Amino acid sequence: MSTASQKMTTSSSVLEFKSSTFFSPILILYSNDLAAIEQSLQDKINRAPDFFRNSPLIIDLRELNKSGLDISVIEVTGMLRKIGMFPIGVRGGNEQQNKQAHKLSIPVDAGRENDSVIAASITASRKESGARALEQRFAEQSESSNPSSPSAGHVEPVSTLAEPIRSMLITQPVRSGQRIYARGDLIVMSQVSAGAEIMAEGNIHVYNTLRGRALAGVQGNTAARIFCMDLQAELISISGDYKTSEHLTEQTQKKPVQVYLQDHALIIKEIA
Amino acid sequence: MARIIVVTSGKGGVGKTTTSAAIAMGLAKRGHKTAVIDFDVGLRNLDLIMGCERRVVYDFVNVINGEASLNQALIRDKNCNLLYILPASQTRDKDALTLEGVGRILEELSKDFQYIVCDSPAGIEKGAYLALYYADDAFVVTNPEVSSVRDSDRMLGILASKSRRAERNEEPVKEYLLLTRYDPSRVKSGEMLGLDDVQDILSLQLLGIIPESKSVLTASNSGIPVILDEKSEAGQAYEDVVARYLGEDRPHRFIEDKKGFFRKLFGGKS
Ligand SMILES: Nc1ncnc2c1ncn2[C@@H]1O[C@H](COP(=O)(O)OP(=O)(O)O)[C@@H](O)[C@H]1O
Ligand SMILES: [Mg+2]
Repeated sequence: MSTASQKMTTSSSVLEFKSSTFFSPILILYSNDLAAIEQSLQDKINRAPDFFRNSPLIIDLRELNKSGLDISVIEVTGMLRKIGMFPIGVRGGNEQQNKQAHKLSIPVDAGRENDSVIAASITASRKESGARALEQRFAEQSESSNPSSPSAGHVEPVSTLAEPIRSMLITQPVRSGQRIYARGDLIVMSQVSAGAEIMAEGNIHVYNTLRGRALAGVQGNTAARIFCMDLQAELISISGDYKTSEHLTEQTQKKPVQVYLQDHALIIKEIA
Repeated sequence: MARIIVVTSGKGGVGKTTTSAAIAMGLAKRGHKTAVIDFDVGLRNLDLIMGCERRVVYDFVNVINGEASLNQALIRDKNCNLLYILPASQTRDKDALTLEGVGRILEELSKDFQYIVCDSPAGIEKGAYLALYYADDAFVVTNPEVSSVRDSDRMLGILASKSRRAERNEEPVKEYLLLTRYDPSRVKSGEMLGLDDVQDILSLQLLGIIPESKSVLTASNSGIPVILDEKSEAGQAYEDVVARYLGEDRPHRFIEDKKGFFRKLFGGKS
């Protein structure tokens, strides 16, 4: 018996299925002008190369079809692949477009409306890569979408989930080793322990002692703020700009404060 | 239906096994049929502290694997006939315990016992997780030092998110603080954290303070849970803990350096 076949027979299982939730940007097309789409996308890639490099993507054709504009899935896919994106699904396509998708082995009607697929804001950055590694428990709670800023050009990847962004309320202590991620604002009524990490795409309010790490505006919202009753944090960050505990001055320690961003500088102000 | 208590900490050597033995004995002495289970597979020491190491025939893993019945493996305590010990295996590896197997045995015990005390191994790995998963109440054993407090905080996070009660969205596991190996003179000199410092960080209901005491070592060497040593401060402190757990209102003691009697309302910060 060869070594290879021995290996085969001794391994008890060759594969495993796991269910998961997959986050992928949705590209909503409003125009069928391929050149214009490519130009607009290229602009965005240049601005945030990290975010788009090798990014999987779902093509949403509903708006186009609503306006009676036709486009070839084969051509769009070719263009997207050329600029380094990976279309992994098509939705809202007509019969012919679905057939084209099939030919390319791209699934059709990907990311149904009530799936927790989020649309990526074109202005978002991935400064906080950890933001994706949320605890499942919390990931399941949050389903609202990312705010997206209207952008010029024909491609406007906005959220198709028109739901308002819900804030998340936590009433239990956030203990060392726990992580919480909120798509909107995060309100914590209990203490946040050293070694805990709370993150929000919006503002963070802590109505107790903050000893752990708090990161607001993690998807690039520079207007986000952190409010807390008793600042003893290990780290505070807004939109990627941060301060660690050694740079938190004595005068704001252990006091109710707000933290905001001004010209890329974190301002910590006591709330009078 | 039994009440399942996990004695946990994260950190090792803080007094979990000492506490498990003491409170199990305390509950049984008050007339509650109690089982105490050693989850520290591979390290077996609850049976030493309970003084039954020479009567171990079958262990927890044997029962899970169906190699012995619960009745065969349970050892009746020599000092109290309402107390039973389910020892850990010294020879098996940690993977011998499974979530399903543990659940099956706790369920079977629940039919016959009023309290089941689970002595958790150190760490936050599988063994500690199995010990806490089915718990109704958690005794979080903490020493007055920063690393122990931090580990306890971590354990509390796991209790709040990974226990069966958390998974099923039931009423959370009731968490109590047990501050052990407390040495008031070393607190005073600043070598150790004080009760207030610990409570500031953990905000838990305080079930008791167990002073550092030589009688603990003496007791474990002779295989008699320290709670039976009524003259020792540690024994009295554990007696208080059991009384408070069962709903009695007793003032906290052993907080201050002998002299003053410290009176203040302790308990969870609201
Ligand atoms: N209150 C106490 N005073 C003095 N020594 C103690 C006390 N509690 C525990 N010890 C000692 O600390 C060591 C570890 O205790 P143990 O209960 O085995 O901890 P764990 O189960 O958490 O590892 C043992 O040697 C024990 O005798
Ligand atoms: Mg132990």
